[in-house]
Amino acid sequence: MLDSKLHEYDAVIVGAGGAGLMAALYASTGGARVAVVSKLYPTRSHTGAALGGIGAALGNLEEDDPLWHAYDTVKGGDYLTDQNAAQVLAENAVDAVVELEHMGLPFDRTSAGRISQRRFGGHTRNFGESPVRRACHSADRTGHMILQTLYQQCIKQEVAFFDEFYVVDLVMNGETVGGCVALELGSGDWHIFHAKATLFATGGWGRVWSFTSNAHSLTGDGAALPLRRGLPLQDMEFYQFHPTGLYGLGVLLTEGIRGEGGVLLNGQGERFMERYAPTIKDLASRDVVSRAIYLELRDGKGVRGRDYVHLDVRPSTVNRHLAEAGEERRIDEAYIIQNLAETLDTCRTYVGVDPLKEPMPVRPTAHYAMGGIPTNLCAEVTRDAAHTVVPGFFAAGEVACVSCHGANRLGTNSLVDLIVFGRLGGKRIAEVCAGSDLPPIAKDAAAEAQAAFAQLRASQGNSRPGELRQRLQETMMQNVGVFRTAETMQQALDELAELRDRYEKDLHIDDRGQRFNSDVMEAWELGCLLDLAEATARSALARRESRGAHSREDFPERDDQNWLVHSLISRDGDQLTLRHDKAVDFSLWEEEKARGIAEDEQHFKPRPRVY
Amino acid sequence: MDIRFRIRRYNPEDEAKARPYWQEYELKEVQPTDRVLELLHRIKWEQDGTLTFRRSCSAGICGSDAMRINGVNRLACKLLIRDVGSSVQVEPILGLPVLKDLVVDMEPFFAHYRRVMPYLVNEEAVPEDGRERLQTPAARSVYDDSTNCILCAACTTACPSFWANGEYYGPAAIVQAHRFLFDDRDRAEEERLAVLGEGDGVWRCRTVFNCTSACPRNIEVTRAIGEVKMAIRKGSPEGVIRPFSHEKH
Repeated sequence: MLDSKLHEYDAVIVGAGGAGLMAALYASTGGARVAVVSKLYPTRSHTGAALGGIGAALGNLEEDDPLWHAYDTVKGGDYLTDQNAAQVLAENAVDAVVELEHMGLPFDRTSAGRISQRRFGGHTRNFGESPVRRACHSADRTGHMILQTLYQQCIKQEVAFFDEFYVVDLVMNGETVGGCVALELGSGDWHIFHAKATLFATGGWGRVWSFTSNAHSLTGDGAALPLRRGLPLQDMEFYQFHPTGLYGLGVLLTEGIRGEGGVLLNGQGERFMERYAPTIKDLASRDVVSRAIYLELRDGKGVRGRDYVHLDVRPSTVNRHLAEAGEERRIDEAYIIQNLAETLDTCRTYVGVDPLKEPMPVRPTAHYAMGGIPTNLCAEVTRDAAHTVVPGFFAAGEVACVSCHGANRLGTNSLVDLIVFGRLGGKRIAEVCAGSDLPPIAKDAAAEAQAAFAQLRASQGNSRPGELRQRLQETMMQNVGVFRTAETMQQALDELAELRDRYEKDLHIDDRGQRFNSDVMEAWELGCLLDLAEATARSALARRESRGAHSREDFPERDDQNWLVHSLISRDGDQLTLRHDKAVDFSLWEEEKARGIAEDEQHFKPRPRVY
Repeated sequence: MDIRFRIRRYNPEDEAKARPYWQEYELKEVQPTDRVLELLHRIKWEQDGTLTFRRSCSAGICGSDAMRINGVNRLACKLLIRDVGSSVQVEPILGLPVLKDLVVDMEPFFAHYRRVMPYLVNEEAVPEDGRERLQTPAARSVYDDSTNCILCAACTTACPSFWANGEYYGPAAIVQAHRFLFDDRDRAEEERLAVLGEGDGVWRCRTVFNCTSACPRNIEVTRAIGEVKMAIRKGSPEGVIRPFSHEKH
C-alpha cells in the first residue's frame, strides 16, 4: 500500500461546476467545513460552455408563472419527469436567478433595468399556448457568467479548493459513504478525503458518443464510481441530442439562436419544423427537433446531399418569418452582434461561416444526460424504488437524476437544475454535518484504487486507449443514438464487450511516470466510458417503447400502460441488472384531481405530446 | 497535407528528459480546418502517449489550452491549421514554471487573480421586493468586454513586464478587477483602486499591447488596463468609460 494523505472535512464536494460551487457555498455558509475537489481548475468546468440562458418565470417582459414552467418541464420530459421535482425546480428558479444577480452575475438588462429574457425551446405561456420569454441571459455566454460568478463567491468565502485532484473511488463503510479517494494529478500522490457528506457534481458523459458538444473531460467518472460500488443509476436510456451542433465539430450552437427568431431549413430551403411542430415550430423540445433533422436527412433533404441542415439567423430571414407570424418585433445585425456574440465567433473561427451573411451548417450532437445518480429533492442519493437514502452521499447537477428532466430536458433547465439542486444539496449537507460525526473508514481505503492505477500504468499490450475510445464512441453514435432498435443496441453491446476485453487484457500505455500522467488518466476515463456506455445500451434495450429522447424504431409508440416508470440499473458481480419498479411522481396531477378539475382540463395528466 | 510539429518537452521525473528539449513529430492527412488541439491529440493518441498538455472543452471557452504556438500565445483548440502553416512549433506559455511538457504551474497566476478581489462587493440590503438590483443597459455595457475573460493566462504570459517581474499582477488580473470596478453595483472601488495602485499593480504595465493581441476572446486588454489607470488618477471609476457597443473582430 502506498502512502496517502488523509484530509478530514465536514463535506467534500467533487466537481467545481455550477452545482458543486453552489453546494459548496451553501454548505459552508451553513457552517460546514468544505473542500471542493476537482480534476480541472474550477473555471475550466463545463458549466462555462452553457450558452443561451437560465429559465425562470420572472415575468420581466411578459406574464409568466412558475406553474407554466413546471408544466413545460413535465411535458418536455414526456411525462417521465417527477412532478414534485419539476415544481421545486420552477418555483426555486425565480429566487435562484435573483440570487445570482445579487452575487454579481452580469445579466443583460431590459430598458427598465431588469434581467432580460428570451424565448427558448419548449418554454411556453399558459400551458403550451405560445412561446414565452423565460430564459434569463448574459449574451450567449450565460453559463460562463454563472461559473465565473460562483467561483468568485467561493473565493470571497475562502472555500478550500483542491484543483486538479482526480477522484477515483468512493470510500464506503457498509452502506454509508465516508468520503472519497483522489489522485493528485501534478504529483501522482494519493489523498483520502474523509467526510460526513460527499457530494458528486461531476457532470455528464457526452464523450460516450463520437459527435458531442461535451468537453473531453466529460467521461462520467462520477456516475461510474457509485455504479462500481453497487449503487444504481437511474434512467440511463435517456440521453439528449441537441439539434444544433456545428457540422463537423459537434460544438454547440445555442437554442437561443432560434429563441431570437432563427429558423431551421432543409436542403430545399424549406422551414421543415412547420410540419413537425405546427404551433411552436423551431422551438419545439430538443428531442422532437433532433428527430425531425434526422428524418429530413434520411429523406435526402440535407443541404447539398450532405448530412446537415441549415440554421438561419440572418436578419432578413428572421424578420420575414416574424412578419409572417404577425409579430411586431424586428432584429438587425447590431442586435445579433450583441446577443449572439459567441455564435458569431464560433462559426467564423471554426467553419468560416459568418451567420450575419449565410446560414450555419448544423446537425444533432450528443449533449446531456437526463439519467444519473438517483437523488431525492435535497440531493441525497437514493438506492431503490422506496427512495432509501444512502447516508453521507449526495449528488447534484448533470450527474444526478432528481428527476426534474424526465425523458428529455428543456433548454435552460440544466442551469436551473445546477443552481436549485446545488443550493438545496448544500443546505441539506450543512444540516446533516451539524448533527453527525465522521463515520469510521478503513485505513487502507485508497488501496483498491492504487492497485487499479498501478495495473493500468504497467499495461504492456497493443491497444491504445485512443483507438478503443474512438471505436466505443462510433458504435454508440451509430447504434445507440437519436434512433435505436434492438438490433443496433445488441450490436453496440457486442462491440462494447469486445472493447472491454481488449481494455482489460491488451491495453497499451506509454507513460509510466507519476506526475501529470494524462496517458493513464485517459485510460481510467475510458474505463468509466465503457461502464456508462454499457449501462446506457442495456437500459435502452430494456425499455420497449419510445419516450422523449429514447426513440426506438421497433417500438415507435409511447406506452404509458407499461413504461411510465423509472429504470434503475445496478451492477451485481459482473452483470448489470435492471429494475423497473420506481414510480414517477404525479403530485401536480394528483393535486388537480383532488381539486376536482375535469379530466380534459387537467394539465399534468400524461397526454400525447404535441407542439 | 503533411504537417511537421516541433514541441518543447520536459519531464523532471525522467533523467533523460529533465532538461527541456525539442521533439519532432510528423502527421499525415491533415485537413486545413483541423485545429491544433486535434493534432496534438493525434500525436498523443496515435504516436506518443507521454506528450502532456491540458485541455477540456475544445471550443475556446474553458481556457485550459493556452500555448505558445509559432511564437504567439493561442488557445490550441481555437487555432486552425490553415492559419499556422505546415510547420508548427509548440511551447508552454512563458513566465510560469513548467511542470511537464506544455503544462505550467498556474498557481502564481491565480494568486494574482485572487489579490484584486475578483468578486462583487455590495453589502447593502437587496431590493425590498426581493427581486434583482436594477442596472441600465448602458451601465451594463461599460464593463461588458472584461466579463469575457476565461482566465486562460494567454495575456499575462505574453506580457514582457510580467516576464521581467512575476510579482506584477498581470493583465488578466487587471481585467478581472476592471470587470468589478466599472460595475455600478460594486461598492469596493476604494479598496480595489488601492490594490491596483500598489507597486506590483497597473503601473508596471508599459502599454506594449501584447496582451490585447494574445487574447483569444478579443478583449481590449490594454484599453481596460488604461481605463483602470485613469480611474486611479481620477480617484474614481466614474465617467472614465462612456457606454459603447461595437462589433468584435
